[in-house]
Amino acid sequence: MAGGAATGGSSTSDTYAEARTWLLLPAWVTLGILVLAPVAIMLVYSFLTKEFRGGVIWEFSLGAYDQFFCNRGLFGDEPCSIEWTYIQIFWRSIWQAGAATLLSLAIGFPTAYFIATRPPRQRTLWVFLVTIPYWVNLLIRTVSMKFLLRDEGPLNDFLTGTGLLSEPLAIVNTNFAVQLGLFYSYLPFMVLPIYAAVERYNFALSEAASDLYAPRWTVLRRILLPSVKPGIVAGCILVFVPSLGSFLAPDLLGGARNFMIGSLIEEQFKGNAGNWPFGAAASMILLTMVLIILLIFARQQAKAEG
Amino acid sequence: MAKGKYDLRVYPGFRAITLLCLVILYSPLIVVMVYSFNASPSITNWEGLSLRWYADVFTGPESAKFKSAARNSFVIALIAATVATTIATLSATAILRGGKFRLRTLSFGLISLPLMVPEIVTAVATLIFFNAIGFDRGLLTILLAHIAFCIPFAYLPISARMQGIEATYEQAAMDLYATRRQAFTRVLLPLMAPGIVSGFILAFIVSLDDFIITNFVKGAGVETLPTAIFGAVKQGIKPNIMAISTMLLGVSVVMVTLSWLISRKDRKT
Repeated sequence: MAGGAATGGSSTSDTYAEARTWLLLPAWVTLGILVLAPVAIMLVYSFLTKEFRGGVIWEFSLGAYDQFFCNRGLFGDEPCSIEWTYIQIFWRSIWQAGAATLLSLAIGFPTAYFIATRPPRQRTLWVFLVTIPYWVNLLIRTVSMKFLLRDEGPLNDFLTGTGLLSEPLAIVNTNFAVQLGLFYSYLPFMVLPIYAAVERYNFALSEAASDLYAPRWTVLRRILLPSVKPGIVAGCILVFVPSLGSFLAPDLLGGARNFMIGSLIEEQFKGNAGNWPFGAAASMILLTMVLIILLIFARQQAKAEG
Repeated sequence: MAKGKYDLRVYPGFRAITLLCLVILYSPLIVVMVYSFNASPSITNWEGLSLRWYADVFTGPESAKFKSAARNSFVIALIAATVATTIATLSATAILRGGKFRLRTLSFGLISLPLMVPEIVTAVATLIFFNAIGFDRGLLTILLAHIAFCIPFAYLPISARMQGIEATYEQAAMDLYATRRQAFTRVLLPLMAPGIVSGFILAFIVSLDDFIITNFVKGAGVETLPTAIFGAVKQGIKPNIMAISTMLLGVSVVMVTLSWLISRKDRKT
């Protein structure tokens, strides 16, 4: 897949400059119609009136956003006070995605570091081992995780059977199960950028610090970590962003009490009592949050590169 | 470099965490694979090895449903990956071999857009789009949605490969009176082959695996393997589902391994 850099030299040219419009046209048409236009129409739908059995009535309305942010009492006629229900769901999603990111970092950083310090010939094999599960169907991975962790599952059988525990651990339907599921979903996104950063790191810097009597862990904290920080930040973003809008892990591993944004949105479209404008509005709010995060990230990357 | 205790690169515990990481990654998959060979209809008790759940998938009461879901999944993945790979190859040629132009960065951004927009948002937007233009949901809507999100996955290995091929090859061909089209089809494309194959395979797997977007844009009664599995799992994890999962898992692992071997062999030459 990679391996471009090794050959060096200029890899870009203007050989096909005359044809570039035609070459790019299929991508622009496909993605314009199937991604850009849908997002634009979704924005429009979020300002329409809801139809009761799914769909919309073409009439301008702020109802969806009003429902999201405003509590107007039981009969809907009171002045707006802040509605916490949906903000709480968003907040829980941010919290869960953040915890999953920290978990991925805690396990992903040592893993990426370990792989990057193997002899060069072994590294691709290690990277391959870590990425294979990612290519296995996300649904199957999440179901497998649930199968393993459930109360009468193999993990609990093992723990109680060997006498390590007298009672099975109730993991499924907890926050932790969701975090574990998210960790399992997106771990390679954490490992790969950190691996790339550590591989580029110049270990002479560590030696210099060590020669000046810095203890091993101080070298890690003061020299290595600042050098590979861009990789760490990239990894955290790549895990946090998809976790935020994830649906399968909270739905299958979390149960009803651990409702996240993804389930809130899904409910508006798949259920009978769906509210399409509200679902569109919630999607717009999620998309805006994600784009802001990515924008800040891109700014910082640009600044770091000078 | 000093070895062992004095090797500055080695941090105690990192190897153990790496192994723990692999255990977490692989144990759920291995457990499901093992239990798919369980003779018992209960998913909790072990009653010895058996292939009965595999037989059940192909001949059991639900076999018709699974067969049509599998057919849908593979046909959609094949077409979506082919179209996405073609579009990605053309785009990569324009972006990497088309000189500097104003829309270059923007085009690259557009191609990576499906990777940045959360999947659930893409799913909602696509559903609303088809609804707004009055397009009936069915196999075709699934296919169109899959083509869109497969493009960046096909693009990444293809552009990585193209970056490794120096432009001098095509320039040499054109100095020898090859037309631009000939330089592309006879020189660049053959050199690109490993990248294109990797891109196709990744796009194929991503399409085969997709649940969230498919679940939104599929018509009533139309199922792909992931949506059929999800529907079944909602009623509880059954042994035949574990057998299907194991087979699908096998397909993904074989294809990724192929893609990896192709790109590795390619690197050695």
